[in-house]
Parts: sequence; C-alpha cells; structure tokens
Amino acid sequence: MTDFTPLAGLTGGILIGLSAVLLMGGLGRIAGISGIFGSLLGRWLPDNGWRLTFILGLLAGTVLVSLLGGFDSDSMAFPGNPLSTLLGGLLVGIGTVLGAGCTSGHGICGLARLSVRSMVSTAVFMFFAVATVYMMRHVIGA
Amino acid sequence: MDKLTALLSGLLFGAGLAISGMVNPMKVQNFLDVFGRWDPTLIFVMGSALAVTYAGYRLVLNAPRPRLAPAFVLPALQGIDERLIGGAVVFGLGWGLTGFCPGPAIASLVFGYWPSVLFVAAMAVGMVLARHLFLGSDETLSADG
Repeated sequence: MTDFTPLAGLTGGILIGLSAVLLMGGLGRIAGISGIFGSLLGRWLPDNGWRLTFILGLLAGTVLVSLLGGFDSDSMAFPGNPLSTLLGGLLVGIGTVLGAGCTSGHGICGLARLSVRSMVSTAVFMFFAVATVYMMRHVIGA
Repeated sequence: MDKLTALLSGLLFGAGLAISGMVNPMKVQNFLDVFGRWDPTLIFVMGSALAVTYAGYRLVLNAPRPRLAPAFVLPALQGIDERLIGGAVVFGLGWGLTGFCPGPAIASLVFGYWPSVLFVAAMAVGMVLARHLFLGSDETLSADG
C-alpha cells in the first residue's frame, strides 16, 4: 500500500518540467533518460560530457532530497523477485531502444512537443504496463 | 558551462523523482494497478511536468538557438511504425513487471538496494543488445528521447 500524495506529486512534476525546459533552453536537448543513459553505454561520443554530468546530477538530486527529509528510502518496496527484476530490466532496455524513448522522452518531452509518435508510444506503453500489472495481481494473483 | 547546466538539469530531475516518490517502484506499480490498490499520484507528476514543459518549450523553442549550443536537436523521425509500437509494448511489459522505468531506476541506485542494481544492469545489457540486434550500430541511439 502506498499513500496518494497529490501535492508531493505536483511539486516533483514541476521540478521535472523545469529540468526538461532547462536542458532544451540551454543545450537544445530532450531530457529523455533512456537516450541519455543509453548513449553512455557504447563507444564514447564527443558530446557525452553533458550526458554524464546530467546522470550525476540525477543521482545527486535524489540524495539531496532524501538528506533533506523529502523522501524516506525506508518506504521503498520492490515488486517481484530477482528473476522478474532481471527480466523487467532486459525488457525496459530493449523496449526503450526499439521504441526510441521512455516515460521522460516520450511521456513528458514528446507530449509537450505534441509529437504524434510520442502520443502513440505513451498510450501503448501505459496500456501494456497496466495490463501487465492487472495480469500479475488480479489474474495470476502473484 | 553546458556540463554545469546539464548537472543542474539532472539535479532538478532527480529531486523531482524523489519528492514525488516516483523512485519507489511499488508506488509506480500501484499507479498501474488501476483495478486494485490504485495510487493516482503519477498522474499529478506527469500532469505538472507536462504543463511546465509545454509552456517552457514554447518559450525556449522560440529562440533561434539554445543558449549554450549551436542548434536544437529535435527528433527527426516521423510516422508510426512497428518498431515504435513494438518497443512501447516491450517497455510497457517491463515497466509493469517491476514498477521501474529508466529515470527512477537509475535515481534509486543511490539507496543501494539490490533490485535497483540488478534492474539497471539488466537494462544496460538490454539496451546494448537491442542496439546490435535492431539498429546494427552501437552509436546511433534513440531519436525521440
């Protein structure tokens, strides 16, 4: 069980939006985490410097908020087991490369640009994520 | 300066994920459990993020170019193809299964729980694998985000 926390949600969302606007206004880049992280995995690209500092900032921001008491990591819980976590990670990695984006790149930045590709992508991954959880929790009963 | 700006942007993103509770995969999976223990928080996160980004993009994309770079790098891909749909299906399955998508999963690494580490490692393997299988190159990645 997790509590419905609309105010914390709105506040966090505003910060995420500001992050996306800053990256576009400053560097002209989409704040899509799968693209930023994935580009760091292969051969080093000439413009990977900003990607690396972005990811470092992402980690630092999370640490900062939890140090200031804005998030309690003891409240965290992880669905599933090692096998489902491994499988889920593989699927998310493959799916975001194939579909060219994730919740941030398509779901926030793409929708904000009114991109039809992003609207379709977001609708499809939302539907299949909801369907997967429905199957797991209410059909199989895991 | 561009690296500092990216650092600040990442900082805001991570802070947003933590404050909203999205780094907790159970909270995200409960959002996806529309017919069960539904926690609608994620709608508010995406809603306000989208509103701010929409308004902010209208402002900054009006400029001839970004402040610290020669040009805006916007997705060139057009049209809906099976790759876009297939990718979204596969991503949705993994997201539902774990409650993790890339941003929150990476951010959650700082707390040192093993599922975060296992998920991010598997995700990295999946990304490299998919690039070799489907894109035929390890350099070109993601046009949309």
